[in-house]
Amino acid sequence: MRLILALSLALAVALGLSIVFGETALTATQYADAFARPASPAAEILFGIRAPRAFAAALVGGALGLAGAVMQGLLRNPLAEPGVLGVSAWSGAAAALAIAFGLGATPGIVEGAALAGALGAGGVVALLAARFREPETLILFGVALAALGGAVTTLIFNLSPSPITLAEVLAWLQGSVANRDWSDLAPALVPMIPGAALCAYAAAGLRMLTLGEEAAALSGLPMARLRVAAIAGAALLTGASVEVAGVIGFVGLAAPHLVRGAASDDPARVLAPSAIAGAILLTLADLLARVIPTEVELRLGVVTALFGAPLFALVAWRAARSWRA
Amino acid sequence: MTAALELEGVSVRRGGRAILQGVSLSVAAGEVLGLVGPNGAGKTTLLRAALGLQPRSGGDVRLSGRPLEALSERERAAIAGYLPQERRVAWNMPARDIAALGAAALAPREGRAVAEACLAELEVGELAGRGVLDMSGGERARVLLARLLATRAKLLVADEPAAGLDPEAQLLILERLRARAQEGAAVIVTSHDLTLAARACDRLAVLHGGTLRAAGAPAEALSPAVLAEVFALDGALVDSPAGLTLAARRRPANG
Repeated sequence: MRLILALSLALAVALGLSIVFGETALTATQYADAFARPASPAAEILFGIRAPRAFAAALVGGALGLAGAVMQGLLRNPLAEPGVLGVSAWSGAAAALAIAFGLGATPGIVEGAALAGALGAGGVVALLAARFREPETLILFGVALAALGGAVTTLIFNLSPSPITLAEVLAWLQGSVANRDWSDLAPALVPMIPGAALCAYAAAGLRMLTLGEEAAALSGLPMARLRVAAIAGAALLTGASVEVAGVIGFVGLAAPHLVRGAASDDPARVLAPSAIAGAILLTLADLLARVIPTEVELRLGVVTALFGAPLFALVAWRAARSWRA
Repeated sequence: MTAALELEGVSVRRGGRAILQGVSLSVAAGEVLGLVGPNGAGKTTLLRAALGLQPRSGGDVRLSGRPLEALSERERAAIAGYLPQERRVAWNMPARDIAALGAAALAPREGRAVAEACLAELEVGELAGRGVLDMSGGERARVLLARLLATRAKLLVADEPAAGLDPEAQLLILERLRARAQEGAAVIVTSHDLTLAARACDRLAVLHGGTLRAAGAPAEALSPAVLAEVFALDGALVDSPAGLTLAARRRPANG
């Protein structure tokens, strides 16, 4: 509980920084103006542009952090993340297909496609999980599913005659929360809330899986149901994230590792802290993307990958210890 | 009195091959049954089939007198606890939390108290706060057995609980399982150490090539003929001051 409180405080600070700092420097008078007069231009920058963007980053980071922790618990693998079972790849591929078919201009279609792609892949994985219990088998199927999703996306690049479509797809695949307003957040919460609830429901099963499938199967818990809940929850969260921000890697991998030790390595107790840590990470990554002085604003997916890749290597290094054990 | 576990004509086929053929045996409350046999005899498969972890191609299993299939997951867990041969633990959780997984049906505070008592019983109480991946193999084996004991199930099934441990740890583990039997549980263990099995178990069941070759009191089940046929050993269980001891040598290949 203390960990959750400390992380919540850190998230509040990160959100505060993300709202206060940005590309446009404001003077002390303008800050005062923003708080005093809600209709002032400074208030519009702080609460109409930066705040929804910061909350979108936090929401997406939280969803990815939680989905990553669930995947790591389910697959008993410290290198698992929401993308490992192909859910992100199909979410991205479905969004890219929608763009390629010219549906990008219709509000909600690309977002809906992203969610549908994630749920479709999640459904396939859930069916496979009912048949194959071993995590290694699921990971292998996931790799195949992710490769297929990636191939579909590449095929769009390959066949699309329009450079505009390509630019749109590429932008989607690089992830961003730029220009999100408050009305973009509500549709994402619709899948995120049941997704988080399913993950919470699966928590006890994830903890029991620490001892392996057989010990868990005799624990008295309805393991088959809990496994499906974990996959469905992670798919809903991942799909909703892609719906808001496109494809963003590494947050789902990194967030659980940042808090795992403080949560006694318990796959159930690590869930809520992972969500908050993910929210902090992505809020700060988005702040970085905005304040790093580049000609074109850095894409969020690029920033998380740039910082996430070295972390991934570090995690692999440390995980080698438990593989030897 | 109803047996804790009854197997009747249990058969298992895998990939077109018969792994178990018509095995029948039972374990009563208060009894320690040892399952012995060479590698590949079907010991683990029999345990898994008895607990519903392995589909059967034939035969019936009853737990506390009720057909296995009629039990809910919760009811089955209340009757049977299982310690798999595989001792891999995915996360470096503290020993206390690992042992408490056995008492998941209890309130958290009560579960932790039961877990700590079981860790103390296995003489690893002082390691309760240490991560299991930071422990030696022997310490981890004790923590995992503490998890089994914490289930307080009527039937405790332990697959090779003493394998790879030093002699003192082996004796401690078998002693604690015997103590549970004296308190009224039914216990099944598998072991490759025939001396240990003969001393710790009330009865032994000898599996060979998927069939039950012999069952009974240790000296009876591990007769010289069974030792020769099943284990390719020339010798016998002999009485010594410490209890039954296997005195045997490998049978020459042409013998």
